[in-house]
Amino acid sequence: MTKEKNASDKREVVIPGEVIAEGDEHLPGDGTKREGENIVAQRYGLVEHSEKLVKVIPLSGVFIPRRGNVIIGQVRDISFNGWMTDINSAYSSFLPVAEIPRYIDKNSLSEFMDIGDFFSAKISSVKAKGIDLTMDGRGLGKLFDGMIIFINPNKVPRIIGKEGSMIKLIKDETNCKITVGQNGVVWIKGENIEDELFSKKAINYVADNSFILGLTEKVQEFLKKEKK
Amino acid sequence: MTETKRTDGRKSDETRKIEAKVGVVPNADGSAMFSFGDTKAIAAVYGPKQLHPQHMQNPETGILRVNYNMMSFSVSDRIRPGPNKRSTEISKISEWALMPAVLIGEFPNTVVDVHIMIPQADASTRCAGINAASLALAHAGIPMKDLICSVSIGKLDKQLVVDVDKDEEDYEEGEGATDIAMSFLVNENKMTHIQLDGNISTKELKEAVELGRKTCKEIYEIQKKALKESIGGEE
Repeated sequence: MTKEKNASDKREVVIPGEVIAEGDEHLPGDGTKREGENIVAQRYGLVEHSEKLVKVIPLSGVFIPRRGNVIIGQVRDISFNGWMTDINSAYSSFLPVAEIPRYIDKNSLSEFMDIGDFFSAKISSVKAKGIDLTMDGRGLGKLFDGMIIFINPNKVPRIIGKEGSMIKLIKDETNCKITVGQNGVVWIKGENIEDELFSKKAINYVADNSFILGLTEKVQEFLKKEKK
Repeated sequence: MTETKRTDGRKSDETRKIEAKVGVVPNADGSAMFSFGDTKAIAAVYGPKQLHPQHMQNPETGILRVNYNMMSFSVSDRIRPGPNKRSTEISKISEWALMPAVLIGEFPNTVVDVHIMIPQADASTRCAGINAASLALAHAGIPMKDLICSVSIGKLDKQLVVDVDKDEEDYEEGEGATDIAMSFLVNENKMTHIQLDGNISTKELKEAVELGRKTCKEIYEIQKKALKESIGGEE
């Protein structure tokens, strides 16, 4: 998810309106804009230079839904052909029955998912009128038992780590199943409540220390120390 | 122009002690505190989030909604809490002052709520409020063109002064006191808001605006430092 390539370089904090690169050889990426010769930041965050591209990695802000994001949501209401859901975003989201890859009795949708139930799904489209979800995909579906925690959506790439390394480490150390939604909702399920709480602690540790370089080693230490 | 000492011993182009800090409200998406001496403002930003009532939704762009309020204990005479004519006006003024900097066009049908609270007032509260709100908006990760800096320039009799406090606002000798609150987009050097209370000649007004422009550059550096250092602290 994140490009750890430049992790050794000191990342610079920028504020909106600040010039981050001068000259024609740079290309403006996310959170930046070209103004004449210069590239100016439009958001508050850390600058990342990857070859020619200059972009700002935001540190704060609400979840901005994008097509293809895997999210964890909660059922808010049931209509005749699907579920109205809450996915921690400014826009309303809908999960149609047709997007569930199994047979559902249309007359009793609540038997599959009732109001208040959590599920993982993928965003199939983002339109002006709202977001459409789908459950067609591996590992998507209703979430049973476990624990739901909320984190800052901007920290999600750090929780997952490079090619899922961080989340794998936490899963292995705590013996929990963990699903991290791009919207900052995390589902944890373990054998017992102690394991789940331990996972929660580890995830919050990663979220709070996401600026530290060599975070994976730090987390390993943390897990070893806390595990007793 | 004669250099008259101000009541608190400041030079005519000197502001009160400025303090700025971000992340003061943990539950908000972004927050900041900004103070000019005894004037203190706290701003909290929420959103972009779904806008209710629905008829206010704009399918072309997101909207900014500012809510300014003085706390009942902020002045020596207790003020009745809740919206009043003055706070409603300042809310709208602050909204217009901040609007040119925020780029929320890509979030249609949503709202960004800014709540400005004044826990302690000693004149220039709207300027402190706008400065705090601008920091809080940046801290909340809202796309912005630039930060907004705001300052009040006063005219005491014939002397232009920077950052008016309560004693100066009530100055009555000679021509009396004039209070001009103004806000700028610092990097673009453009003005987003100006309000004038009192009498002033066009020539003096131009001087006052130039003085405001200069002071806002100083304020900008303090805001910049506050935002940059908030990350270092978490490291």
